[in-house]
Amino acid sequence: MIDKIAPSAAAALAGLPDGATVMIGGFGGAGQPHELIDALIAQGASRLTIVNNNAGNGDTGLAALIAAGRVRKIVCSFPRQPDSWHFDRMYRAGRLELELVPQGNLAERIRAAGAGIGAFFTPTGYGTALAEGKEVRELGGRMQVLEHPIHADFALIKAERGDRWGNLTYRKTARNFGPIMAMAAKVTVASVHEVVPLGSIDPEAVVTPGVYVQRVVLVPRPAGATP
Amino acid sequence: MIAKWSRDQIAARVARDIPDGAVVNLGIGLPTLVANHFAPGREVLLHSENGVLGMGPAPPEGREDWDLINAGKQPVTLLPGGSFFHHADSFAMMRGGHIDICVLGAFQVSGAGDLANWHTGEPGAIPAVGGAMDLATGARATWVMMEHRTKQGEPKIVPRCTYPLTGLACVKRIYTDLAVLEVTPAGLRVLERADGLTMAALQAVTGVALADD
Repeated sequence: MIDKIAPSAAAALAGLPDGATVMIGGFGGAGQPHELIDALIAQGASRLTIVNNNAGNGDTGLAALIAAGRVRKIVCSFPRQPDSWHFDRMYRAGRLELELVPQGNLAERIRAAGAGIGAFFTPTGYGTALAEGKEVRELGGRMQVLEHPIHADFALIKAERGDRWGNLTYRKTARNFGPIMAMAAKVTVASVHEVVPLGSIDPEAVVTPGVYVQRVVLVPRPAGATP
Repeated sequence: MIAKWSRDQIAARVARDIPDGAVVNLGIGLPTLVANHFAPGREVLLHSENGVLGMGPAPPEGREDWDLINAGKQPVTLLPGGSFFHHADSFAMMRGGHIDICVLGAFQVSGAGDLANWHTGEPGAIPAVGGAMDLATGARATWVMMEHRTKQGEPKIVPRCTYPLTGLACVKRIYTDLAVLEVTPAGLRVLERADGLTMAALQAVTGVALADD
């Protein structure tokens, strides 16, 4: 029997080593898997490379992981926020390496990793500081930049509903990076607010097919949150 | 007396010039004001980079859903017919040329339509690019909305951008508090000027030569 349901967030992170590359879903707060990040903080892995759109907000979630000094490098598109003080402090102190990536390149490089693509050319970033040192080529009459996939050891994502095969649906804009990060990691851990029996997710509405998901953890919806 | 346009008046001009049925992405900051200026009955499809097409206005107070936010991470709503999708799909819409118009803020625009809007390049400044490069390069038309001059009174329309570039030769139109300008191979063409502003006065605060209107 295939059963990807893990008993706890801690159990779902088993085997996550020091120095791992970890993708964390979310765009700002929406889709950020807070309970999995808390479990990662408790689990203790260090020297992590984190892939996320941002670099933490406030004092919780990814910001708390950064504040705990566990992140060596962050790959993201938009670190600077009014409440990114933990990132700002660690970056300015030289304790955190930043790879800044245009957001569409970030998404496509993650997707490419999941789709087995070796590298791809895109016009985004051509002629800018973020393409410095990268191979360029004229294709279809436009100058384009060679971009490489981003693979990960683990992906921690937040979904809405899941079953024991790992099929997932999401909620509104909390979907964001979840489906593509699930494709790009060796081990994808999805937190869900509801575990449902096989067959109860409409097959036409499955967003992430279970093949991309290794572990599913039930996390109660926070009190007061919209269902 | 020069009647400079307010931020809302600039936004109203951008909204007026967006054709019905267009798919539009409004950048964070000043461009988000454009959404407030579509006349009733106009149908414009708003795209948000975090995975929404058919984005509606902000919800009433107390009805916020923090799983439904825009690129600026503020709560929004979804119109009937709207859809959600993941980030690679959302950026494929931009990068694949499916967005008709994007409206972005800017630090500087060059006479050739080069755009600088993501980084001041100052030592110690933390850079953040987000989707600006994808939009500037991938949208069918990139329009800029900005003050005509910096707070120090320097022109923001310049012969060559001195701030780090977002994209090369990507800007088609510039909406400022003083004028609406079109970027053409023959130079910047003036489409509209604030009341009381002469061509000579506009030229004096613009860093590149204006074509006659």
